Amino acid sequence: MPLSLYVGTRKGVWTATSVDRRAWRVGDPGFLGTQCHHVVLDPRDRRTLLCASRQWHLGPTVFRSTDGGATWKEAESPPRFPKGDARGRAVDHVFWLTPSSAAEPGVWYAGTSPKGLFRSEDGGRTWAPITGFNDHPQQAQWVGSDKDETPDGGKLHSILVDPRDPRHLYLSMSGGGTFESTDAGADWRPLNSGVAMDFAPPKEDGTEYPFGHDPHCVVLHPQRPDRLWQQNHCGVYRMDRPEGRWVRVGRNLPPEVGDIGFPVVVHPRDPDTAWVFPMDGGGNWPRTPPSARPALFRTRDAGATWERQDRGFPTTPAWWTVKRQAMVADDHDPVGLYFGTTQGEVWGSVDEGASFSLLFRDLPQIHAISVAEHD
Amino acid sequence: MRVTVPTQLRDYTAGRGTVEAEGTTLAAVLDDLERQFPGFRFRVIDEQDRVRRHIILFVGGERQDDLEAGIPPGAELFIVGALSGG
Repeated sequence: MPLSLYVGTRKGVWTATSVDRRAWRVGDPGFLGTQCHHVVLDPRDRRTLLCASRQWHLGPTVFRSTDGGATWKEAESPPRFPKGDARGRAVDHVFWLTPSSAAEPGVWYAGTSPKGLFRSEDGGRTWAPITGFNDHPQQAQWVGSDKDETPDGGKLHSILVDPRDPRHLYLSMSGGGTFESTDAGADWRPLNSGVAMDFAPPKEDGTEYPFGHDPHCVVLHPQRPDRLWQQNHCGVYRMDRPEGRWVRVGRNLPPEVGDIGFPVVVHPRDPDTAWVFPMDGGGNWPRTPPSARPALFRTRDAGATWERQDRGFPTTPAWWTVKRQAMVADDHDPVGLYFGTTQGEVWGSVDEGASFSLLFRDLPQIHAISVAEHD
Repeated sequence: MRVTVPTQLRDYTAGRGTVEAEGTTLAAVLDDLERQFPGFRFRVIDEQDRVRRHIILFVGGERQDDLEAGIPPGAELFIVGALSGG
């Protein structure tokens, strides 16, 4: 069955297909000129493809394709806050998309900027706000001010659905932290214990901040959903539920590399194996590979040790940035890894990161990649 | 009234650069455009009834952000995609 890479960029979305994971045929762009922040194929029907977008002039929307990205149609009712919202919020862009579990076919979640959570029950055609989060009495505190936002606006991302119970949800915000709901989004609580917040002064009473952190990407393992991984603005973490404290396993990365980055990816079958792409978080935070030597780091023992994986990468300095939605794994054996750079290059590995090759290049700045077999 | 549609919005108007719409206020004209071209209004006006940041509306040659503004007889609506992107 052919494998497809869906590549969301600053100027549209591209689909590439391959039968051997080595030679890729790149198609024509979808909605050329429009930003795509996330593009995800529905794993439940392997047919519905959604793209979270921002049109430069025309605001936020979700595009929908049912033919592998050949044609796209805009959502009939895109995510939007209620008219007359007490805080005057209006969606600037849709940033994140997550399909619910197999128990809820057609249900999707979307995260937006400014930080909002939305749900669709009809495969992405129409969207409604989740008031349990957007209008939670503490939500304004959780999301913070414009000083708690990324340069082009705060992000609600990493919406996770427990595959055993679709009422059990997680979300994360840059900034704001990670939050959990066990009642389908009616109520939420912070889940940030153990996470560093180097950008805030220590509290005088010695306690931790309950929220306000900056998770960049949070994932759960599909076969062990109680295991969470987090790449944060301040380190790499793992948590095994039901315990509620993050462990900074990024401390075990080489000190000269550090544990700052955007994406974290898990092995589809081994909960102890994960990959990160460290970037420079020193000085003024250039977010380029430390010493301009790009590398993934893989752990196979739940973060106790990490090994460098950079075979095939340039031997001359490379100043890549890899965004939080732009690194993924397929579910083949051995696992394939794929990532896109802000320079518009897509790199891949068919041997779990032992070696990489440049799959295709010269796209616009890459925001997101997903990989899936399609019918 | 005659409405000039910028290139960014012509996916909604089947490629037409000028269309006709009716209404005595800007809000009513936009409602008529939405009726004719579903999805059009939300691409111009956000959910809090604000003209989007990179869209400018001219009514009878005057820039207009007030949706309750009346439409002078014979006026045209000129929708502009302002400087943006890159």
